[in-house]
Amino acid sequence: MLSVLITLWYTFLHLFHRKVTVSYPDEMPYLAPRYRGRIVLTRDPDGEERCVSCYLCAVACPVDCISLQKAEEAGRWYPEFFRINFSRCIFCGFCEEACPTYAIQLTPDFEMSEYNRQNLVYEKQDLLISGTGKYPDYSFYRVSGLAIPGKDKGEAELEREAIDTRSLLP
Amino acid sequence: MTTFVVDGKSFTCKPDDNLLQACLHAGWDLPYFCWHPALGSVGACRQCAVKQYASEDDKVGRLAMACMTPVSEGARYSITDPVATAFRASVIEWLMVNHPHDCPVCEEGGECHLQDMTVMTGHAYRRYRFTKRTHRNQDLGPFIKHEMNRCIACYRCVRFYRDYAGGRDLDVFAAHDHVYFGRYADGILENEFSGNLVEICPTGVFTDKTFSRHYVRKWDMRGAPSICVHCGLGCNTITNEREGKLRRIVNRYNGSVNGYFLCDRGRFGYGFVNGTDRIHAPLARGDDGRQGAISSDDAIRRFAALLRSSSRVVGIGSPRASLESNFALRALVGAENFYLGVSARESHLLRLLVGILDSGAVHTPSLREAQQADAVLILGSDLPNTAPRAALAVRQAVRRAGFTLAAAAKIPHWQDTAVRNLAGDARSPLFVATLVATRLDDIARIALRAAPADIARLGFAVAAILDPDAPAVSDLPTDLAAQAATIAGALLAAEQPLVISGIETGDESVVQASVNVALALRASGKSGALMLNVPECNSLGLALMANGHGGLEVALAQPAALVIALENDIYRRAEATVIEAALASSYLVALDHSEGPTTRRADLVLPATSFAECGGTLVSSEGRAQRFYQPIFSKNDVSESWRWLGAAGWAAGRKVCENWSTLDNMVVALAAALPRFARLPDVAPPASFRVVGSRIASQPRRFSGRTAMNAAHSVRDPKPPVSTDSPFSTTMEGYHGKVPSALFPLFWAPAWNSVQSINKFQAEIDGALEGGDPGIRLLEARTDAVLPYYTNIPEGFVPRSDMWFAFVFPRVFGDDEQSARAASIRERMAGATLALNGEDAAHIGVVSGQSVACEIGGEQLCLTLEIHPEMPHGLAGIAGLATVAHALPTLVRITPTGSDVS
Repeated sequence: MLSVLITLWYTFLHLFHRKVTVSYPDEMPYLAPRYRGRIVLTRDPDGEERCVSCYLCAVACPVDCISLQKAEEAGRWYPEFFRINFSRCIFCGFCEEACPTYAIQLTPDFEMSEYNRQNLVYEKQDLLISGTGKYPDYSFYRVSGLAIPGKDKGEAELEREAIDTRSLLP
Repeated sequence: MTTFVVDGKSFTCKPDDNLLQACLHAGWDLPYFCWHPALGSVGACRQCAVKQYASEDDKVGRLAMACMTPVSEGARYSITDPVATAFRASVIEWLMVNHPHDCPVCEEGGECHLQDMTVMTGHAYRRYRFTKRTHRNQDLGPFIKHEMNRCIACYRCVRFYRDYAGGRDLDVFAAHDHVYFGRYADGILENEFSGNLVEICPTGVFTDKTFSRHYVRKWDMRGAPSICVHCGLGCNTITNEREGKLRRIVNRYNGSVNGYFLCDRGRFGYGFVNGTDRIHAPLARGDDGRQGAISSDDAIRRFAALLRSSSRVVGIGSPRASLESNFALRALVGAENFYLGVSARESHLLRLLVGILDSGAVHTPSLREAQQADAVLILGSDLPNTAPRAALAVRQAVRRAGFTLAAAAKIPHWQDTAVRNLAGDARSPLFVATLVATRLDDIARIALRAAPADIARLGFAVAAILDPDAPAVSDLPTDLAAQAATIAGALLAAEQPLVISGIETGDESVVQASVNVALALRASGKSGALMLNVPECNSLGLALMANGHGGLEVALAQPAALVIALENDIYRRAEATVIEAALASSYLVALDHSEGPTTRRADLVLPATSFAECGGTLVSSEGRAQRFYQPIFSKNDVSESWRWLGAAGWAAGRKVCENWSTLDNMVVALAAALPRFARLPDVAPPASFRVVGSRIASQPRRFSGRTAMNAAHSVRDPKPPVSTDSPFSTTMEGYHGKVPSALFPLFWAPAWNSVQSINKFQAEIDGALEGGDPGIRLLEARTDAVLPYYTNIPEGFVPRSDMWFAFVFPRVFGDDEQSARAASIRERMAGATLALNGEDAAHIGVVSGQSVACEIGGEQLCLTLEIHPEMPHGLAGIAGLATVAHALPTLVRITPTGSDVS
């Protein structure tokens, strides 16, 4: 009997606590940038696609919902298609952790409901944003040894000029 | 066996093994770079350091490079010793100093020996903070991609390319830490084994350019054990598929056949499977004379109606179709109506070959045995162009003399540099008697250029010297006689002499001469090994099945109501006019995977599978029956030829087709019908084979994208296909691990993601696979077998002033029908040329590069002239024209273009 009264008392006290519930969607909650919601593909500071189609996100994905195909243009790798089946995605963020170029990032957006499951299949044009996302400065090709248009061999960070193989000088 | 101790545990190894090999064989994971089982040790990379103890009391020990250390009885070593471990970690840290930040954009990533070794040594963090040296890359042609920044200077590429494969145009340049592995200038890597650099290179300096065009990681592809279909040698391959596309071909180790290496035609010739000229649906000729797509059911109905109504049905077999498909056709049309789908000349030669091999008097050596021969005589075969992997084996056989010298000097065979230095120019005798210069001439003791008749006469003469009972050659020119004596002496002095010939010269006397030499060697107590090349992947299987049957010309000689052409472009086998005349009143049903003249002419076309979409058995020139499996499960109407034939036969009420529902049933029916193939069911385990109750997984465990691959079409996951013809599951589900040697869908072992993981699957390093090498030899020599000497020695070749003896000038790229459809191979194909001796060209009044006209096989040809000074007088080599090869050799008139061709 007493315990019931105590319970009622505590419940009554909650009337005076600060409200946690927000009236979504009229009022939007704050979600931290690290929140794991809708996945995007970002661009490097030069505005080029960051994804180099290395397949590491796909292999890290525990539900195998990422599929892509590598293509290449002038030495630069990019995905010919990049598809995420969000009807399978569990928003674990492993893809973001696996990504060596900060291309794939999870965003604080979770409003992805659809009446038709097929609409949850996102292709590259649906995923690719025009900004750098959470990592504004990183550009993979500035540290990679590959030559791409505008960056020849030896011009990446911490690289010496390309060797002249005809020279015997030290 | 030698017993040795590693970290307190006893192991055994072969007495002549080095310590690295012995440790790997014992199951230890010991990192290495520069060592390769086929290339030996040079001790360059310092990666395989272990502690070596002088005795049981020695607690300090000293560091030794395992690859350079012979294992002595009772010796004690430590791999886990902290000093050795730290040393190995430091070595890899040095190697990684300049290695670029490239793994995500490197085709080697995920199957990289350098990645594996870095993880194995525990080097996880780069301390080096300074600048890296960089290199510029070269364009190395359509096969190989070059990215020199990734090089760790292990020297494996040049050791393979120059020392092992005899290439000249890849070398090491510059000095100290600037060393550069490439060509003197940009350009195509000329050697026909350049593709092996992809697997030899422990990192991503050399990668597969054709694969890069549709690149996916190793773990994302379904694998299937397969057999190369681009020549008669039957090299073992693994085919890799993703999303219905054949992505690449890699080597599948078979200790008896191809070992670690494939030729470029086999590795890069797969493009035809993904080609735009594939036939995806049955086609029938409508009333308007045009071909139009029809449904499978309709096609089977029409085919069955034809089978029922036609009085005489002729079946044309195919040397590139599986035994099962050929057998299905043979059973459907009846043995008396089944013909070899090859030219009259080739069918005659194949019959001769089957007779020779059937006699049991000659031994057909495997490529490994060929590699161990200590004297080789090649009669007529331009091996590097017609059977490249055999040429690589011959190249190793020539090193036998060096190994003998090394053994006498007590130098172990794996001490590569020491053995090569000691050997110098000492080579086992190789004699090459061919029509044109070959890429083996640089190591040949005698490289002779002659017409086929003269090559045959040389062979007959050698046999006559070896065994006086063999028929002698009368009035042989003195120089040929002297050469015959030299050759006979060398063969007699050898322990394992080998004779190589084949049907590519189109001359039976050359084959007969090689048989006489083999028989004469056998009479003098040798094994009498004779390697006889055949042009296509199942030429020998077809010939064994259809022995006694005629070729295409016989098939077309009598009128037939219905002609069924099985996976064969018959226009490559006979003159078009002959075919047209024969088919004028017949209905032609063609089964093939790609569009060609035959399918365009056919009234009903059934889309057959390529080798990557079906299972089957092929017989190599060694007589080895080997099974291949399908990585691609086609969604359209493409089906195995035997399935088409079975369905149509069954619909036509043929009882014989009753049980043709699975590959195993076909194999059993074939084995029961033809006693020669009785052992066929043992070639590989049946489809019901299970390991601990499971099928064998054909996709790696980490196969990705399952729920997204097909999502563009439908978000619902499709049911995976089920393989009725193989013990493989089509997905990652199933058994992963050690399986029978014929069933490896990929090579992978924990910590070994690269091709080097093969060490974990061999019964002994560089030896047979665990459980024996796959394949069953259908033809074995018998000691009591007798084959009389051939006595029809041809007359010597006399050049004529008005006519030239035209023959097929073989080319490695382009001569094979299927690989010639691959884009990368096409880039290496040259235009059609006519090769002449310079004086002959002057006689006609043409110079190199000018075009000349001649008529071959009813076709007027205009060819560019090439001067080959080494060619004998009176010979004209026709290169790059596989479509008229059936008419060669023949006598032709050659005129400068513009004038009349009479």
